[in-house]
Amino acid sequence: MSETETNVETTTSLWGGGVTPYKGISHIKLGMWLFIISDALTFSALLFGYAYLRNASPNWPDPFKFFPSILVSTLMTFCLLTSSLTMVLAVHHSQHGDRAKAFKWILATMLGGMAFLVLHANEWRELIHHGMTTFSNPWGDSMFGATFFTITGLHMTHVLSGVIYLGVVAWRLERRKTFDDEVEVAGLYWHFVDLVWMFVFPLLYLMSVDMGGN
Amino acid sequence: MSEATAHHDAHAAPTGFVRRYLFSMDHKVIGIQYWILALVAVFIGMALSFLMRLQIAYPDTPFAFLEALFPKGAEGGQLTPEFYLSMVTMHGTIMVFFVLTTAPQGGFGNWGLPIQIGARDMAFPFLNMMSFWVTFLAFVAIIIALFFAGGAPLGGWTGYPPLSALGPEAGPGQGWGMTWWIISIALFCVASLIGSLNFIVTTLVLRCKGMTLMRMPLTCWGWFTTAILSLLSFPVLLGAGVLLLLDRHAGTSFFLPSNLVVGGKPVDHSGGSPILFQHLFWFFGHPEVYIAILPGMGAVSQIIATCARKPIFGYRAMVYAIFAIGGLGFFVWGHHMFISGMNPYTAVAFSVLTLTIGVPSAVKTINWLGTIWGGKIRFNTPMLFSLGFVSVFVSGGLGGIFLGQSSVDLFLHDTYFVVGHFHLTMGVSAIFGIFAGTYYWFPKMFGRMMHEGMGKAHFFISLIGVYLIFIPMHTIGMGGAPRRYYDSTSFKYLEDIISMNSMITWAAFITIGAQAIFVVNLIWTMLAGKKASDNPWEATTLEWICATPPVHLNFDEDPVVHHGPYEYSVPGAEKDYIMQTDPPSAVPAGTPAQH
Repeated sequence: MSETETNVETTTSLWGGGVTPYKGISHIKLGMWLFIISDALTFSALLFGYAYLRNASPNWPDPFKFFPSILVSTLMTFCLLTSSLTMVLAVHHSQHGDRAKAFKWILATMLGGMAFLVLHANEWRELIHHGMTTFSNPWGDSMFGATFFTITGLHMTHVLSGVIYLGVVAWRLERRKTFDDEVEVAGLYWHFVDLVWMFVFPLLYLMSVDMGGN
Repeated sequence: MSEATAHHDAHAAPTGFVRRYLFSMDHKVIGIQYWILALVAVFIGMALSFLMRLQIAYPDTPFAFLEALFPKGAEGGQLTPEFYLSMVTMHGTIMVFFVLTTAPQGGFGNWGLPIQIGARDMAFPFLNMMSFWVTFLAFVAIIIALFFAGGAPLGGWTGYPPLSALGPEAGPGQGWGMTWWIISIALFCVASLIGSLNFIVTTLVLRCKGMTLMRMPLTCWGWFTTAILSLLSFPVLLGAGVLLLLDRHAGTSFFLPSNLVVGGKPVDHSGGSPILFQHLFWFFGHPEVYIAILPGMGAVSQIIATCARKPIFGYRAMVYAIFAIGGLGFFVWGHHMFISGMNPYTAVAFSVLTLTIGVPSAVKTINWLGTIWGGKIRFNTPMLFSLGFVSVFVSGGLGGIFLGQSSVDLFLHDTYFVVGHFHLTMGVSAIFGIFAGTYYWFPKMFGRMMHEGMGKAHFFISLIGVYLIFIPMHTIGMGGAPRRYYDSTSFKYLEDIISMNSMITWAAFITIGAQAIFVVNLIWTMLAGKKASDNPWEATTLEWICATPPVHLNFDEDPVVHHGPYEYSVPGAEKDYIMQTDPPSAVPAGTPAQH
């Protein structure tokens, strides 16, 4: 079909086709970005629901004492933020071709994630122990427990999948099977999960602190 | 998702039946799989509508065959109210999700997008395969819901709580049937996310050399915009579905208000709001309308330009209009909730935004008319269905101007006016788009020309049929006939519409019957149809330079594009059209470039 002509016009442009317009962004990375946008909307739906119900409620409880709830959740936040930092280091080393270091920092990231999960699970256990369920709690509006468990539950599922995902990436890294920016793509996901927590923490925890009033 | 992504680069041609036709990663096979799934679904949905129409027109007449088919649902030959309502629900669900969303985007989009932008395959072939099979699972789940003991769900395709959130105590159909319904929708959301992500990446990065964005066929713009809409709207529905599932099975009450009494017994839930579900549902639900219609608009633009032998009128305006419709679609969900109770000022805002969508829609319509104006029109079946699409879309769309105004909607909400409106503008238009696409691409997909005579008969009966069905529905809606009612003959004020209802039913029977022509045509063409040449419609886009049907990985060598997609009737050119891959010299010197 195409004869041997030379003047192929407009193909120098990045959007002219034949090349990816995003320099240095692989298909998989772009796909991950789109997944993140989409997943962010699922979280938004839940957070919107939370805001809606909380605003409509006449007796929304704020039962979280500084100790243990806020202290523990701050510690959880610290674990997750630190794991984001270690993830940055893992990406940095993998970009510089240092497999061993990247591998180690991924393990550190997984450790941070697991610490978060253990603390979180423990917190759930305590709350359930205090009589908080998805349909009732000793403090006020039953939807407090429902929104809390649903939103943190979905987030926890994301952290758990993230730890498993990172485990797979580390394993592939060790066996030299990773594609170019696999660690970075995994990092995107991990930072996203972290970012979601930065919404969950203030909205669900800090806004429910027992200030000792009323 | 993550690690499951196969690299986009040439996967080897598969051998063996399973890898080739079942678990294929070839976008063309996956597209055809989606298309077949939608074909199965549309006949199930149509059968359900047949039963509904029978009930509406003859509520008091027993039919022996009904009892034979449904010993429980139609005892004594008459449908029970519960059975009727579950027909309504399942018809809506199956049609919206598994036909209108599946065929134009999953089917034709998968088959056509990579090939039209000159790519070898989708960016993520494995995910593509996965998205089909998850859709298939969702379909299995909805069929399970249909046949589940205790009754299929009957709360309407919107699944509004509190009814849908309560569980079996809320009555028949609210047990596991409803749970399966939610599972099906959730699976569909996942499949749709995977699919749309793939479409977007493919469009952005896999265009062949010379295929600038503004040289993409309008079909690709339709699929691309639809993918963006799916990516942004389905996750919200997924969130709503998860919450609904928790309400049913984990004791939460997101959508269940306090002091609810069902069947004389107070419900042990409090603190939630059914309106919250409506917000989440319609934030998805309205973009969904455009998810159904935009690919059809793309296909129709393509076919109208091809068959009128003229460049599309206002290509850029068409692209911007697609984006405007898609973008505005996210800000109008409130117009489904005017009577749910909202601040009148909010309603005004939603009204104004809703009516604004009329502007880009009008731009598209005028441009279609501008395209056929003075063209050498070839009235073949794809063209007829495309013109039918424009006609039906406009007729239905005009009803939207009424419904979009909150004050008028207060009266028309939940009447047959709404049923007539959305069936014409979303349902039938999208179906006509699917038919147009089927007749148009069938020669390339399967290598045989569909029979023109049968195609035309199919078109004319369908066109007249759908108008006879849905325009009168507007009338009886204005007369006050509420939708979803099992039997409206017992209302004094609705006595006058009984004869109109039987007329609609008979028109529906004839239209449903006419679809047999399509089926016969399909089977006949598959077995004995005329072999298609490589470019039977003399179209310009890239799929027509491929072999018939296209080989694995589509092209022998990577195509290079030099022209816009609709170079028809080029003055002084050798033929009356210039393929996108023709050398630049194909345009005679002095002819102004169209793109």
